[in-house]
Amino acid sequence: MTAAREVSEAAERRDVRNRWYLTAPALIIIMLAAIGPLFIMVVYSFLGKGDYGGVTAAFSTDAWFGVLLERDIFDDTLGFADAHMIIFWRSVRLAGVTTILTLLLGFPTAYFITTRPEKQRDIWLFLVTIPFWTNLLIRTFAIQELIRRDGIINNVLTGLGIVDEPLQMLNTDFAIGLGMVYVYLPLMVLPIYASMEKLDFRMVEAGYDLYAGRLAVLRRIIIPLVKPGIIAGSILVFIPALGAYVAPALLGGGRNMMISNLISLQFGQGRNWPLGAALSITLMAIVMVALLVYVRNASRSSARAH
Amino acid sequence: MTAATKPFIVNRMPGFGTMAIAVFLMLYLPISLLIIFSFNERESLAVWGGFSWRWYEAAWQNRDIKDAAFRSLWLAGFAATIATAAATLAAIATTRGKPFLGMTTVYAVINMPLMVPEIVTAVALLIFFAWIKVATGYTGAAYLVAAHAAFCVPFAYLPIRARLESMDATLEVAAADLYASPWQAFRRITLPLLWPGIIAGFMLAFVISLDDVVITEHIKSAGMETLPTYMLGQLRRSMSPEVNAVSAIFFLLSVVLVTFFFFLNRKK
Repeated sequence: MTAAREVSEAAERRDVRNRWYLTAPALIIIMLAAIGPLFIMVVYSFLGKGDYGGVTAAFSTDAWFGVLLERDIFDDTLGFADAHMIIFWRSVRLAGVTTILTLLLGFPTAYFITTRPEKQRDIWLFLVTIPFWTNLLIRTFAIQELIRRDGIINNVLTGLGIVDEPLQMLNTDFAIGLGMVYVYLPLMVLPIYASMEKLDFRMVEAGYDLYAGRLAVLRRIIIPLVKPGIIAGSILVFIPALGAYVAPALLGGGRNMMISNLISLQFGQGRNWPLGAALSITLMAIVMVALLVYVRNASRSSARAH
Repeated sequence: MTAATKPFIVNRMPGFGTMAIAVFLMLYLPISLLIIFSFNERESLAVWGGFSWRWYEAAWQNRDIKDAAFRSLWLAGFAATIATAAATLAAIATTRGKPFLGMTTVYAVINMPLMVPEIVTAVALLIFFAWIKVATGYTGAAYLVAAHAAFCVPFAYLPIRARLESMDATLEVAAADLYASPWQAFRRITLPLLWPGIIAGFMLAFVISLDDVVITEHIKSAGMETLPTYMLGQLRRSMSPEVNAVSAIFFLLSVVLVTFFFFLNRKK
């Protein structure tokens, strides 16, 4: 029988080889134009900065110190880079607030869709999907129009005499937060809906039968059961919000930057490519940590479900 | 039961319905206003001055807008085609037959672009392409096509893989039993059944490419504006109702594509 086994083993090897060939185009494209360049960037973060952008071929750790520290131009002492700290803190804070607000708005929405009659559900879901696939720039632009000084909100407010002066909403952190909540809301609703759809409402009924109030049912039965969806939604909102570029660029004005804008600046007017590279790697590290936390949580809650 | 006591509805949560309706209004109000004011006779984005096609005409006559729109469309078409072809092959390799060593790595690599923040990919490509530009002197559109194709692959891959997994694999086995060559089985059985998945993948990739602004903004050569980067440039400067008109058309295009995609995926 060894001959037959050899034949089947050879066939299997051939099959595996063929399947590697099939995956090759996708892997090559992604390695070449998405992942490979990341390694070059790591190298760049350890080089000196060129005078007009680019790098010099000398090893240097200046860029990595520059992420957090700043050399005083007068007495050459090191201090914390306040500007970077402010931007990092703003990014984390705004991404966090966005996640919480989208959760507070998205959870009831997902619940509402789940409890519609079967036929209606598709329509509501469709209404969430449309903004999800609409150009992010256009949606951010729509918010910009709404809150500008001569925009419709200020017009209504001054027209009704609620405020005397138009409110300055554009170019503030508030504007960035509002824009991000608007833009990322579907990313919260869809995963929560996906896990709520599987919710067995007999559990809810059992809860009421055992004299639980609405709040207790929500807290002790529904939320624990849809937790995977809540975690997935939170991560899907938090990560892009942390790396948001368009919302701060359009709604925050030049001064209220977030990490992405700071990175972009280093490759433009800042002309400090190594610092930009180091900042990018820092951002990616934060994202990877968030993802790891998610994966651990997800596997733990699925382990409990089985 | 008396009329005064309402029946207890198990799945009702007080206030949730109101909140959901408010959310839907919030989702659609800004974009609706944008579309309505794109028909405004006046240059204002808050005061209505009568209906007109004025800004659509202005947009139509704007050479920059037309160039950018045209470039966006063919770029999305090219990138989505490449991404869909590569993703289809990869999806077949990862769903048919026994799992092979390294398959998890393949998954991880294919989904990687979804996990890396856009700005990071953007500046990494900026560095890499700057290098190639110096080495070869080439500054054309191939950079954009390559970058777009790469981040579109995972989006094309997901619906195609989902379709393959829900397909009945016994049909392919039956074809093989009836002496069809692997290629015949693929062309006559797998491909026709897979087609809706491929179209869905292509459309998703197309929309994603059309949507991209961060990566394109950082790697485009001079004079290589796409519609989103052109709009970003305009929006940073000052308001222009022309951009409103373009946005409205863009929105409509998304709605059409999504509707198509949605119903393609629904029908099983």
